[in-house]
Amino acid sequence: MSENQNPQGPSRDVTRHDGHGTVAQTDRFVDPGVPEHRPRLTDTDPKAAKRNERIIAILFAVSCLGTIGSIVAYFAVRPDGTTPGVRLSTVLLGVAIAVSLFGIGFAAVHWAKTLMSNKEYVEERHSSSSSDEVRGVVQQGFKDGLEDSGIARRPVLKGAVVSALALFPLTIAVPLVSSVGGDWNVGKFRHTLWKKGTRLAYDPSGRPIKAADLTVGSVAHVIPDVPAEERESHEWITEKAKAVVLLVRMDPRDHKRDHREGASYDGIVAYSKICTHVGCPVALYEQQTHHLLCPCHQSTFDISDGSKVVFGPAKRPLPQLPITVDSEGYLVAEDDFNEPIGPSYWERLK
Amino acid sequence: MKALAARRHHRLAPVVLLLLALLVTGGVYAALDPSPAQADTASTADIETGKKLFQANCATCHGPNAEGTTEAPSLVGVGAAAVDFQVSTGRMPMQMNGPQAEAKPRQMDEEQTAALAAFVASLGAGPAIPTDEQVDGSKGDPANGMALFRTNCAMCHNAVGAGGALSEGKFAPPLFDTSERNVYQAMLTGPQSMPVFNDANITPDEKRDIIAFLDEQDQGSAGGLALGSLGPVSEGLWAWIIGIGLIIGGAVWIGAKSS
Repeated sequence: MSENQNPQGPSRDVTRHDGHGTVAQTDRFVDPGVPEHRPRLTDTDPKAAKRNERIIAILFAVSCLGTIGSIVAYFAVRPDGTTPGVRLSTVLLGVAIAVSLFGIGFAAVHWAKTLMSNKEYVEERHSSSSSDEVRGVVQQGFKDGLEDSGIARRPVLKGAVVSALALFPLTIAVPLVSSVGGDWNVGKFRHTLWKKGTRLAYDPSGRPIKAADLTVGSVAHVIPDVPAEERESHEWITEKAKAVVLLVRMDPRDHKRDHREGASYDGIVAYSKICTHVGCPVALYEQQTHHLLCPCHQSTFDISDGSKVVFGPAKRPLPQLPITVDSEGYLVAEDDFNEPIGPSYWERLK
Repeated sequence: MKALAARRHHRLAPVVLLLLALLVTGGVYAALDPSPAQADTASTADIETGKKLFQANCATCHGPNAEGTTEAPSLVGVGAAAVDFQVSTGRMPMQMNGPQAEAKPRQMDEEQTAALAAFVASLGAGPAIPTDEQVDGSKGDPANGMALFRTNCAMCHNAVGAGGALSEGKFAPPLFDTSERNVYQAMLTGPQSMPVFNDANITPDEKRDIIAFLDEQDQGSAGGLALGSLGPVSEGLWAWIIGIGLIIGGAVWIGAKSS
């Protein structure tokens, strides 16, 4: 404990002159020091101390009960695989463990606050550097080592050790950068699985879609028709992410304009489902207004009018997939998208 | 018993037995036969009642012959399923114009709804009311239903069917309290902003799988408090207000001097 004493010498008071006379001003506050210590009720009243001791003991006892409760809950209520069973088990375990931990925490804090000493201590900082003597020894050690290695006299060794040490990080850096970069071919953003003659299929079942099956007002979530085993492959999810299409049939009288000339078929339009803003799947289709809404940032496309952006941050219409009908009545793509799908990137040039 | 035994050879005995057998057979048949679906019971009388109800309650907007007006669409060919969905959820007759017709306590009872459905179905072919068998979620596959729901429904109705907002005051309603029959009918007919998912797009079996998935959601979340299943909005509110509030309270308590 220390009394409040200003360790610095006389304070640097300044005297200022203004128009009316001389005003003495101090540029620093006087350190008010540690406030006077006031004893707590538990310091003066043994009854209060006893009462708080009991409270702390009860809190610890509550914690013990919580621990026992959690073990009982673990053995008595096993998750049985049903949703309510799992929930009951989780909730019981969680509550019991919470009681157990909070009991210890509350008791410890209450103990420290009411019974442990609350006198104010001041601990002065001390220098964290080593003594000059110790520093001298260490420096001498380095010097001796350097002298002993003879590196100053053997320049070949100097070059060799620097080369070896400098090259070693490449063993980590090269594989790391190579795997992060992976594939720098941005050209593949321009192409999807769609090509002339690929049938449109329902997602996720993979059944091909007949034009006649789409009634007016229908919407279908579409993937390219590929063999089922390809849909199980690792690459599929990447390709699917680029190729998904939303297929809508509207009354041909409502259909004002295609985004890509002649891409629709009898009121059936197929637009990429990847938002041109940041690539969320745009799929909230309002049947009555023909508005397609992106759930992430509320970009809204009017797909009766060439998927024109009518609201929100998207900058371009959604790319349109040109479709027609094959000899068996199934919807097929006439071509791939003629522009990159999804959000902008540097090399998009469009 | 003796009297009965004596009359066994009475010449009317076979007739009495035959009558008894017919009665028993008829009674058992009546008790065990499943009641036929509503759509099949549409009689001329039903259609007449439906027409009267229609002219009293619906014709103002939909036109005297359901041909549609500038206010409301034509009902020719929408089918009994659409009528049953709109009327049994109370969406129709509509209370007032708004962004969309909202569900409210139904204005027509079962019989009136059936009569209206029969009348509208008589105007032109359209989807019929699904049978109890078709909408029985316990016969569906909830796992397949989840895959279908995720692709076709979740973007508007939320991952577990808690509903969500659309544009300009329209919204996709929560599905927790929607009956299995209404869920099926909504997919089939595409009411209001919702697109149509006909039987070629989502087959009747797949529709039942979706219902099975939605039935599973009635049990709530295995993790405990779902906070309305609304995702980051309610969870963020909970974490920021209640969670951080508790932490601040704890810090203040630990730092406060004991009296």
